[in-house]
Amino acid sequence: MAVLERSYKRYAGALSPEWSRFLIIPRHAFRDVFRSKLFTGLYALSFMAPLVFAILIYLRHNTEALAIMKLSVVNVLPIDATFFLTFVEIQGWVGFFLALLVGPQQVARDLTNNGLPLYLCRPFSRSEYVVGKMSIVILLLSSITWVPGLILFGLQSYLEGWSWFSQNIPIASAIFLGSLVWILLLALLTQTISAWVKWRLAASAGLIGLFFIPSVFAAILNQMLATRWGNLLSLGSLIRSVWAGLFGTFVQQAGQVQRMRGGVIVETAMVEPPLWASWLILFLICALCLWLLSRKVKAYEVVK
Amino acid sequence: MTLDAPATSSHLNDSPGVITLDNLSVTFGGRPILKSLNGDLRGRAIGLLGPNGAGKTTLIHTLLGFHQPSAGTARILGSDIRGEANQIKSLIGYMPERDSFISKMSCIHFVRFMAELSGLPPGAALERAHEALFFVGLGEARYRNVDTFSLGMKQLAKLAQAIVHGPRLIFLDEPTNGLDPPARSRMIKMIREIRDSGQANIVLSSHLLRDVEECCEEIVILKDGRLVVYCNLEEERKANKKFLMLETRGDLKSFVEGIGSLGCECAMTSDHRLKIILQDGTEIRDLYKLAAASQVQIRRLTYKRDSLEDIFLKAMENGSN
Repeated sequence: MAVLERSYKRYAGALSPEWSRFLIIPRHAFRDVFRSKLFTGLYALSFMAPLVFAILIYLRHNTEALAIMKLSVVNVLPIDATFFLTFVEIQGWVGFFLALLVGPQQVARDLTNNGLPLYLCRPFSRSEYVVGKMSIVILLLSSITWVPGLILFGLQSYLEGWSWFSQNIPIASAIFLGSLVWILLLALLTQTISAWVKWRLAASAGLIGLFFIPSVFAAILNQMLATRWGNLLSLGSLIRSVWAGLFGTFVQQAGQVQRMRGGVIVETAMVEPPLWASWLILFLICALCLWLLSRKVKAYEVVK
Repeated sequence: MTLDAPATSSHLNDSPGVITLDNLSVTFGGRPILKSLNGDLRGRAIGLLGPNGAGKTTLIHTLLGFHQPSAGTARILGSDIRGEANQIKSLIGYMPERDSFISKMSCIHFVRFMAELSGLPPGAALERAHEALFFVGLGEARYRNVDTFSLGMKQLAKLAQAIVHGPRLIFLDEPTNGLDPPARSRMIKMIREIRDSGQANIVLSSHLLRDVEECCEEIVILKDGRLVVYCNLEEERKANKKFLMLETRGDLKSFVEGIGSLGCECAMTSDHRLKIILQDGTEIRDLYKLAAASQVQIRRLTYKRDSLEDIFLKAMENGSN
């Protein structure tokens, strides 16, 4: 090592490809993230559900095991779109808590310590910075959502045979797309809150509030107006509709309610908002997050 | 360098200057911060001076691509800041004025991370991070968390991250801020070492005239967003060596005649004091020989030169006029 040559010299060696530089951020961030025992424990626990689902798939195809456990095939969950939808929902919410632990500190820490000029004075753009920060959440959550989801799909296809695989390919794409939409939404929301709320605890609380407070409003609105359109305010309902749409289990008419109107009992059909409305709202939320991030992710703020 | 005429490419020499300002203006919220700056800066170390709020930091930030010029442009090492920002950023290093670091990282990790962001592969980045930290004198503290550093150590860590990728041009914004005298001396020494290595040009922004005088060859003085003085300190120093002030004893008549015969201009300011402008080829030793021949004692000989403080104060006066 040339540390004894204490003189300034230029670097003349090879450079890493420009397209890959955003990955430097998650690589270094993971060191810090996995230093937390709480996070590492939760991350390990997040593989419990995939394990349970894998066991269920295995049991479904193992008559000997079923005989030992004195179960018949009909008592085991059917392996269909609903099975994988349940998996995506469980892992999606586990991912939410992981994102809650990892996301809010990412941009906030750089803003608090004036770190952004150090990134942006290098051949590293603002968009690369945002993508780099988002990819911390994206890579972590991918490893517990669509990656094990597709492995489960592969396991089921292997055990069930080619015909099942060819008939259920849309499930695989729904696992991938549904998880990706959720992960992107979480990544954008966590980074945006992180950029605007520098205090980590407040940012985490803000993220929880963003998911649960509008859900309460949505429930009140639905109850008062006997409608389901209030669900458009709830991020949880939005993503559930999108997932159901992707897995082909979306039902727009969710039942009927009886209401008194002018002394007469009237039956009102409860109609879920159309799928396109859920997609549109999610798209608008993502666009708003990107706009808010672009306002905050700057080397220096100019006070006008 | 011209202050008045825009320094378009036709005005320039063939080789690109370190920084070429071409009618560069920056406006924030309708308020002009930098007003039509022109110039071609070529020194190994360029000092950027000016009172608070003159636009020094805004100029550096604009050159780094943090702010968009409202009019005009600038070129750094031949690349235009408007269209070739990424290329420029791969050639420069920047040491910000304020505390800037990535928290919860050891110093070596921080500097390595910065090197990787500059494009160095992980192995080379780690090696150069060690080198840079030893160079700035943080070799022993490199595994400590940056958050625990003192102000002086943080300044050194900032310098290390600015040079770790071996840039061709280094912007140092108030590098001696908050340093005690020994630390300041070490910082100045390092800046001079980098300058003298010939491997990188330096732009040093400071309000401390002594720092600039000790490190820089060229100075640019900004006032109210305008470039009011450009001065090549090296040439100024050389030129100033020709102006001598002599205090003498003895009969000056033959001595003054002798000085005239050497081709030098001479003026008596009092009975014993002379001001002399030396001609090319005339050495000070010739004056001593002449004085000995004329039986004149030279009691004191001083160079009359403008200090940087004089230049700065004049610029401030002229600027306000």
